[in-house]
Amino acid sequence: MNFAVNEMMETIRMVQMENLDIRTVTMGISLRDCADSDFEQMNKKVYEKITYYAKDLKATAEKVEREFGIPIINKRISITPIAEILGHASVEQAVELAKTLDKAAIALGVDFIGGYSALIHKGISVGEQTLLDALPEALSVTERVCASVSVGTTRAGINMDAVRKMGEIIKEAAEKSKEQNGLACAKLVVFCNPVEDNPFMAGAFHGAGEGEVVLNVGVSGPGVVLSALKRYPHADLGEVSDIIKKTAFKITRAGELIGRVVAERLGVPFGIMDLSLAPTNAMNDSVAEILEEIGLERVGTHGTIAALALMNDAVKKGGAMASSYVGGLSGAFIPVSEDNGMIRGILDEALSLSKLEAMTCVCSVGLDMIALTGDATPATLAGIIADEAAIGMINKKTTAVRIIPVPGMKEGDMVEFGGLLGRAPVMGVNPYSSEKMIKRGGRIPAPLQSLIN
Amino acid sequence: MEQKRAIVSVIGKDQVGIIAKVTTILAEEKINILDISQTILQDFFTMMMIIDVTKYEDLEALQQKLADLGEALGLTINVQLEDIFQAMHRV
Repeated sequence: MNFAVNEMMETIRMVQMENLDIRTVTMGISLRDCADSDFEQMNKKVYEKITYYAKDLKATAEKVEREFGIPIINKRISITPIAEILGHASVEQAVELAKTLDKAAIALGVDFIGGYSALIHKGISVGEQTLLDALPEALSVTERVCASVSVGTTRAGINMDAVRKMGEIIKEAAEKSKEQNGLACAKLVVFCNPVEDNPFMAGAFHGAGEGEVVLNVGVSGPGVVLSALKRYPHADLGEVSDIIKKTAFKITRAGELIGRVVAERLGVPFGIMDLSLAPTNAMNDSVAEILEEIGLERVGTHGTIAALALMNDAVKKGGAMASSYVGGLSGAFIPVSEDNGMIRGILDEALSLSKLEAMTCVCSVGLDMIALTGDATPATLAGIIADEAAIGMINKKTTAVRIIPVPGMKEGDMVEFGGLLGRAPVMGVNPYSSEKMIKRGGRIPAPLQSLIN
Repeated sequence: MEQKRAIVSVIGKDQVGIIAKVTTILAEEKINILDISQTILQDFFTMMMIIDVTKYEDLEALQQKLADLGEALGLTINVQLEDIFQAMHRV
């Protein structure tokens, strides 16, 4: 016998009791060859290309899921940043294209399509301006289209004109979807140092360095890490790191295998494995609860950042050894609305917006799925984005902002988004204005790469 | 052709005839069993079988048949391709 019974049981337990799953298989598709001076032609080509390449994505993923007994929660598509192919299209046409993407996603039965995006960390071109103008409308009239905008990188600095604009866009998108509590903003990410092969939404897009078509995979597994830690309540922190590493290794190996099989059956190259620990609202599937298991009474208290740093690094170490190609964001996500432990931390007043910001210095992404009071001004939202982008720029890492200023709600209210997006307590913002700084505009120059203390 | 193998796992309360019933279904499907191991822990029956499914196309049909049997006996029966265990537990 190749395996011991306890090894078999471990795998089965991870899946059936501890929410081990493949969070997403995401097919990246290049749309560069769909660019056309005639908008109707382009619109048609985009639809045809996506529905051709991804026609078997859902069915194949579901078959693999059953054969291996590991659930694949989401099937997604990422595409070339749409701003790059818009050319001279009008704002109305850009919205039309978003509807086409939505239609393709629905026809294919995929959960999300990401890449309604623009990279404007240094400047804004014609097509990018069109996309920005179309964003609030496009996000509120579509269901499955996800957008992202890059406003800064370590090499280019931060484009503060873009940051100001994003503050306004987020505000407008929230207003336009106020019937659904500003849901449009949940599909919009503002990035610093975005990656080109991220399989996770809402920030996935198929970057310029990518090929024609590729399959990327993201695993999940906070629940598995949590229950592994629960078995060692007295381990010291070095051992804690080791337990997380070993667990991350197993999760990643499962993910990479599934990804490779799906890619092979679809006849598409395998791209990368994203090691991120992504929480869900399922019982015990929470990153916050891992931090609490390490020894915090509530997430957000003193010691939270140290615990998160330890966990994030251990996940990467275990995962990096398990996979041949690691990419994407690869770390821990700390979305508030999708993590019951984070929600409880806020409700118990242990976790604040400032602490969440600080946590993004040591984990993979940023301020994610945070509901803010409806009266937050565009300048305040821009200020939050600028702070987060600065953290990313200086620390040479990806940071992102996905915030929802919920129309009509105030601090302490609870907002429901439904499904994977969950629910979130509405948080207050600093009452003092950032208006003057945001109005100045211009670029924050790229930082020094030495003298780095 | 490389051999394709799957693992059948049976977990639940011990009772008479579990192995007989599971192997009957496998025999009907003309599936060869390569290895069996079984333990009983406090009345809790755990069996693991490695089967050869190289020439067997419709794994889902087998999964369904065994799941139905599992339901009738009050057991959990899973069939999964072996590669997943290989990936997770062997470097």
